[in-house]
Amino acid sequence: MRLLTGTLFALAVATLVGLGMTYFALSRGAAFGALTIESWSAWPKSGTNDADPYARASIARTGRLPIALGDGVSFTLKADDNGKALDGRCNVAISGITPAARYWTLTLYNADGALIANTVNRYGFTSEEVVRRADGNFEIIVAPRANPGNWLPTGGADRYQLLLRLYDTAVGVSTKAGREVPMPQVSTRSCP
Amino acid sequence: MIRWLLLCLGGALLGGIVHLATVIILPRTATQDAYSRLTPIAPVNTVVALPAPTPEKAIMPFMDPAFASAVCRYDLSDGPLKLTVPVSSAYTSVSFYTRYDVAYYAINDRAAGRRVIELDLMTAAQHEQVPEDEEVTAADRLIVESPSLTGLIAIRAMAPEPGLMPVAQGAVAASRCSRETEPARSRK
Repeated sequence: MRLLTGTLFALAVATLVGLGMTYFALSRGAAFGALTIESWSAWPKSGTNDADPYARASIARTGRLPIALGDGVSFTLKADDNGKALDGRCNVAISGITPAARYWTLTLYNADGALIANTVNRYGFTSEEVVRRADGNFEIIVAPRANPGNWLPTGGADRYQLLLRLYDTAVGVSTKAGREVPMPQVSTRSCP
Repeated sequence: MIRWLLLCLGGALLGGIVHLATVIILPRTATQDAYSRLTPIAPVNTVVALPAPTPEKAIMPFMDPAFASAVCRYDLSDGPLKLTVPVSSAYTSVSFYTRYDVAYYAINDRAAGRRVIELDLMTAAQHEQVPEDEEVTAADRLIVESPSLTGLIAIRAMAPEPGLMPVAQGAVAASRCSRETEPARSRK
C-alpha cells in the first residue's frame, strides 16, 4: 500500500511538473537564440532548419508559418522602452529608423496573432507607405483615436503586440545588437 | 518525511523527462499547426491563393496583411516538382517548409535575378538520380532538396501600398507547381 501511494504520488508530481513546464515554456514563447535589441526580440534561428525543439513546438502550437531566414526576420514588441506593456488605450510613439532592409512592414496583432478591427481598416504600415521627416526618420503613433501623421489604430484593445518584419535584410543569426541594427524607439505618451 | 521529499525529488526528475518528451512530440501531434490548417483548402501539388487575413478570419495567425500569398502543399512520392513563380513589381519570395512547418529554404526575386523564379523541388534520393549531363546542360536550373517527402511552399508577393494588391495577387495566382512533364530519367 505504501509503495502504491508513493508511486502514484511521484507520478502525479511528474505529470504536474512536466506538463506545467511545457505549458509555461510554450505560452511564454521560450526558444533559444533570441536576438534582443532594445525592446524588440527576434528569433532568426526559428526560420531555419536549425530551429530548436522549443521553437518547433511553439510554431506547431500557434499554427503560424515562421518567416524563413532567406526571406526576412520578424521582430516582436510587447512592451515599450520602459518595460510597460503595450496598452491600446494609450498613445504609443514608435520613432526612429529601422535596420537596412529592402522593405519592412509594421503590423499590429492581438495576443493570439489576429488583426484587430478598426474603423479605417488599417492594420499596419509598410516602408513605402510611412511618411518620413526630411532626415529619414519616421514616427508612427499607435493610438485608439485618430492622430495626425502616421496613425496606427489599436481599436481600443487593451493588450496588443507589434511585429516589425524586415524583408531581404542582412540581419540574421549572426547579428549582434549594435549600431548596424538601429531599432525604433518606443515610448508611451499619454494614457487615459 | 524524508520519504516524501525523496518522492517529490523523483517526481520532479521524472517531470523533467515528461517536459522534454512533450516538447519534442508536440509538433507531431499538433492538429492546429499551419500544415493541418491548410490541408482542407489546399489540394496536393497545386498552387492555391490564400484569402487575405481580416480581423474576423485568418487561416493562420500572424499573416502579414501587406502580402498576397499562396501555398502549394507538395508530395514528392511520385517524383520531383517544378515550380514557376512570376515576379511581381515589388518583392516576391518563395519559402519552403517541411511537413512540420520548419523553414528549410527561401529565395526572393532579387536572389533569383530573373523575371520568373523557376526551380525544381526533389528529395535527396531523386536528386541523385538526375543524370549528370542533364545537370550540366541545365546549369541555370535551380534545384532545391526537400528533407521530407511532403511539405509546404509559401509564395508571397508584397503590395507596398494597398493599390498594388491586385498586381501582387495576380503574380501569386499565376504561379504553378506541378509534376515535371518529362521525367528527367527518361532521357538517359
